[in-house]
Amino acid sequence: MRDRVFIIIAGAVVGLLAVILVLQGNPANMGFCIACFIRDISGALGLHRAGVVQYLRPEIIGLVLGSFVTALYVREFKATGGSSPVLRFFLGMLMMAGALIFLGCPLRMVLRLAGGDWNAMVALPGYVLGVWFGTLFLKRGYTLGRSQEQAPVNGYAGPFMAIVLLILLVTAPAFIFFSEEGPGSMSAPLFLTLGAGLLVGILAQRTRLCTMGAIRDLILFKDYHLFLGFVAIFVVAMIGNLFTGQFAPGFAEQPVAHIDHLWNFSGMTVVGLAAVLAGGCPMRQLILTGEGQSDALITVLGMAGGAAFMHNFGLAGSPAGVSPAGQWIVIISLVVLFIIGAANTRLLAAGKNKEKAKAS
Amino acid sequence: MTELVDCRGLSCPEPVMLARQALEKAADQPVTVFVSNAVARDNVTRAAKAMGRQVKVEDEGEDFKLFISK
Repeated sequence: MRDRVFIIIAGAVVGLLAVILVLQGNPANMGFCIACFIRDISGALGLHRAGVVQYLRPEIIGLVLGSFVTALYVREFKATGGSSPVLRFFLGMLMMAGALIFLGCPLRMVLRLAGGDWNAMVALPGYVLGVWFGTLFLKRGYTLGRSQEQAPVNGYAGPFMAIVLLILLVTAPAFIFFSEEGPGSMSAPLFLTLGAGLLVGILAQRTRLCTMGAIRDLILFKDYHLFLGFVAIFVVAMIGNLFTGQFAPGFAEQPVAHIDHLWNFSGMTVVGLAAVLAGGCPMRQLILTGEGQSDALITVLGMAGGAAFMHNFGLAGSPAGVSPAGQWIVIISLVVLFIIGAANTRLLAAGKNKEKAKAS
Repeated sequence: MTELVDCRGLSCPEPVMLARQALEKAADQPVTVFVSNAVARDNVTRAAKAMGRQVKVEDEGEDFKLFISK
């Protein structure tokens, strides 16, 4: 019971902070968007040159460090890794590809919905479909294999990178790109964005809040524990938006969004499936990175690489819609995800036989 | 003898799925599950309790041993 209350509180805090961040300067319906923010960081580091989406987002830094400090404090920090790192990098790339077609990670999808952007209502069933596809693989024994304990330095790599980004943000050397217009130029003040990231990092580490796990556990186990957090984000953000006059229902003219329904739907199918195969939504990957899981860090790096790929080749969606090349990326992503899913389903069965042999 | 399920190195939901499978197969027999992270420990515990079982958790070095019985 206490767990339930805690996860609802965590979701509510995420929803509330998202509304506050937008009020204080973040782009509309983008209090938090893990995919967008990692994409902005990619741009700030010059990995892509889309001038309107370049900024070292403190929310990302805060999420990793908040989780890191909490994991250390509760003794859950553990350097592990080595579970199919290359595939995880690709899964990160694909997760980012789908998110940049729709223009938002699952968390932003919920926030867009809470802001009255009905395109997110089209995307949500697409996301659920993707997660459902993923559960089919899980039921057939999908696994990326066991992770191993690693030297602690592997686990410190993620938090270390977060601190380096923070230093670069504060010192703002000339080689870092900061957008002068567009969404990348819009941000709430540093103490708020960093503070919100830290707080959510702490709460998400304790509650395991995950926008993919919410749907997955509901489908697999009829377990609605994580789903409560998911709903809490939506309800509180919606109430917040209504109270602050940020609720603007409709399809057209939504901020950082387009109305290509098919690609909103299928882009999020890519994200949902990739998230199940990678074991966590974009936000969860940041939290796991803070806990010392280098498998999650490699997924995050894959996301950063995916963002560069999508923008360098003009594949990302924009308010004008999704380009034909971007549409191909969705199709290719789905095919690759099904191949990754199918190729890793037999491993667990093989492993189980080994266990049986050991036990007998 | 108790069924052993080794979920060390696996991330959720795999430990929960393997533990549930083992519990269903074992009927009333106890099942011991090894996990290597706190998330799996908590999730397997929650799943087992939802199935009406009792769970005793022991630290095993860096890992956890979950003794699940009726």
